[in-house]
Amino acid sequence: MTQSRLHVPHPPARPGETPDFSYLEIPPAGHEPRPDTLAPALQIERLGTGMVRVLDEQGRAVGPWNPHLEPEELQVALRHMLLTRHFDERMQRMQRQGRISFYMKSTGEEAVAVAQGMALQPGDMLFPSYRTQGLFIVRGKSLVDLMSQCLSNTRDMCRGRQMPIMYHWAEGNIFSISGNLATQFPQAVGWAMAAAIKGEDRIAASWMGEGSSAEADFHHALTFAAVYQAPVILNVVNNQWAISSFQGFAGGERRTFAQRGPGYGIPGVRVDGNDFLAVYAVTRWAAERARASGGPTLIEHVTYRAAAHSTSDDPSRYRPKEEWQAWPLGDPVKRLKAHLIGIGEWSEERHAALEQELEAHVTACWKEAVTYGTLSDGPTLDPMSMFEDVFHDMPAHLKRQREELRSLTAAQHAAAAAKVPGGEG
Amino acid sequence: MAQMNMVQAINSALDVMLGRDQRVVVFGEDVGYFGGVFRCTDGLQRKYGEHRVLDTPIAEGGIVAAAIGMGVNGLRPVAEIQFADYIYPAFDQIVSELARLRYRTAGDYCAPVTIRTPCGGGIRGGQTHSQSPEGVFTHVCGIKVVMPSNPYDAKGLLISSIEDEDPVVFFEPKRIYNGPFDGDPHKPAVPWSTHPKGEVPEGHYAIPIGKAEVVRPGKDVTVLTYGTMVHVAEAAVRLAEVDAEIIDVRTMVPLDVDTLCTSVSKTGRCVIVHEATRFSGFGAELSATVQEECFWQLEAPIARVTGWDTPYPHAFEWDYFPGPARIAAAIRSVMEAR
Repeated sequence: MTQSRLHVPHPPARPGETPDFSYLEIPPAGHEPRPDTLAPALQIERLGTGMVRVLDEQGRAVGPWNPHLEPEELQVALRHMLLTRHFDERMQRMQRQGRISFYMKSTGEEAVAVAQGMALQPGDMLFPSYRTQGLFIVRGKSLVDLMSQCLSNTRDMCRGRQMPIMYHWAEGNIFSISGNLATQFPQAVGWAMAAAIKGEDRIAASWMGEGSSAEADFHHALTFAAVYQAPVILNVVNNQWAISSFQGFAGGERRTFAQRGPGYGIPGVRVDGNDFLAVYAVTRWAAERARASGGPTLIEHVTYRAAAHSTSDDPSRYRPKEEWQAWPLGDPVKRLKAHLIGIGEWSEERHAALEQELEAHVTACWKEAVTYGTLSDGPTLDPMSMFEDVFHDMPAHLKRQREELRSLTAAQHAAAAAKVPGGEG
Repeated sequence: MAQMNMVQAINSALDVMLGRDQRVVVFGEDVGYFGGVFRCTDGLQRKYGEHRVLDTPIAEGGIVAAAIGMGVNGLRPVAEIQFADYIYPAFDQIVSELARLRYRTAGDYCAPVTIRTPCGGGIRGGQTHSQSPEGVFTHVCGIKVVMPSNPYDAKGLLISSIEDEDPVVFFEPKRIYNGPFDGDPHKPAVPWSTHPKGEVPEGHYAIPIGKAEVVRPGKDVTVLTYGTMVHVAEAAVRLAEVDAEIIDVRTMVPLDVDTLCTSVSKTGRCVIVHEATRFSGFGAELSATVQEECFWQLEAPIARVTGWDTPYPHAFEWDYFPGPARIAAAIRSVMEAR
């Protein structure tokens, strides 16, 4: 008699065990061929099982995917990645000091947002996830604005309505981050469909983690993108961990996430997510394809979430502390830095000076951001504003509720004033 | 004026808006080439092309998500969910995304999406083709909820919904697509051509969202209702032989409290009727509102007549349906209470 047995995935290593990334197949840099941007999806299926890599172990840029960027562009990229990292570090510290309620770092995966942000056109619409803050940095959103959002202060773009990091930037063509995961994926497809309906050359891009690729929204996005050949780039950032669930719990044990693309008739490209040049090149390839009516591309970025999921998370409880050091694709910042030094366009001295400059910039931005108010002091938003923007025009029932809160607040203020010695009453 | 049934009136509203506004796009399952399972989009793809009137995959969550993305990109999407019973896979996109986008971005982003969806029973649809989930959506902050009861209102309210800056869930009571059903399934069907609200202008006109209508003035008791039940309530009032004032709520969010409460304050009695289930149904909100606003004018407890708190049963739909006899009994009981 046979009996079925449930397979419950286990990560290769738990706390106290030796990190083991032998499950990852990592071909050498320069190994993958670069097909024509309009190659049929099913003829390039191998892009979903291999891994596009440009930077080799010695920091050289090799192979057909080398985007041949100017050194100045690479220096800008390094600056954006480092600024993202310094910003993250500062905000994490501010959370630990109780200055903000919550934060999420992108440490170790900065190359994804920065390379893609740089590879796309400013008019392209970005539908970010919560760990792609590098997109805002590439597009030039002021850190003061991002910090003010985290502080829910008077300069907060969300007017105190969202927890930290749920940024948006309409002028910068960056959509609003949702705490409900994966919802932005099919929305990006709808945006791209509209661009095609209107006959524009703008495209959309969206990001989600490998964990949330299990949501129905992933399937909806891929289906709609494939059916209408929408001009969209759909990115799965496989950073190996979804809070405490390793990528096997999203179905990553037997197939790569990129391999799902061809199942829908969409090219799936697996890329070394810690290789700035590779991510940049793959994004340019997908963008060219989308703009030329070649349809959508699914990109899997293989990277590692070096930090905790969020400030509310403690990864030492579910994965070995040394995993990040053992991660075979290294640190995206160090790899781009080594490449720049290797081609004679960077130095340790310049790097140290840049770090100092960025740290001072972050400090100055924080000092300015708190002048617009913090959770505990300084100017505050008017609570009456909470009734605005539920609808375009405020309906009667919300006006009534606002008046109720207004009288209640006035009564409380009057009572408080009466208790103060020398106060009225 | 043309004679239209509700399907034709909805088709006409979509036609008018597709013709007037290049931003309007219409899509959903079977709405394109075929023209919709209830024919509401018949002929529109031929007229406006398949970039503006589209068939979609069978994925309600994907349909609403795509509508949101299109709305953000400057279009005015009108998405059809084939049956209101199928809307739940899209619930997260409606509740967490569509309804709150303007709020969470402090007005920087919005998606003026209209979701049309046929609702209600009495068509032998069983529990998966008969539901009236309007109450569920009235509990969500940031969407407007509309249900017309006749062709004239359907066209005017649908045009208003498409022109509205906010998302609207537009419920179409499918039992009255072809005629004003009075609750008696054994009587021959009556077409809309026999009803004054079956006269519908060909061109553009709007009926404001947020305005109820007194469909039968009266002095003894107020009946608050909407959708199919407006016509059933009219039959019930004839049966009860009471001078009742019947109010078609038309818009659940935002609610026209003034019209409702002016009437109840005048009559001092109130019966609330809807086809949806009772517990936490929209009638509970109506009842609470009337109690808060009109308590001192009330002569009797407010009564609710609704679908029973069971799924919509296929074989027993006329036992389930809150027909004229049940409504008439409630009206009499409210009239007797002192």
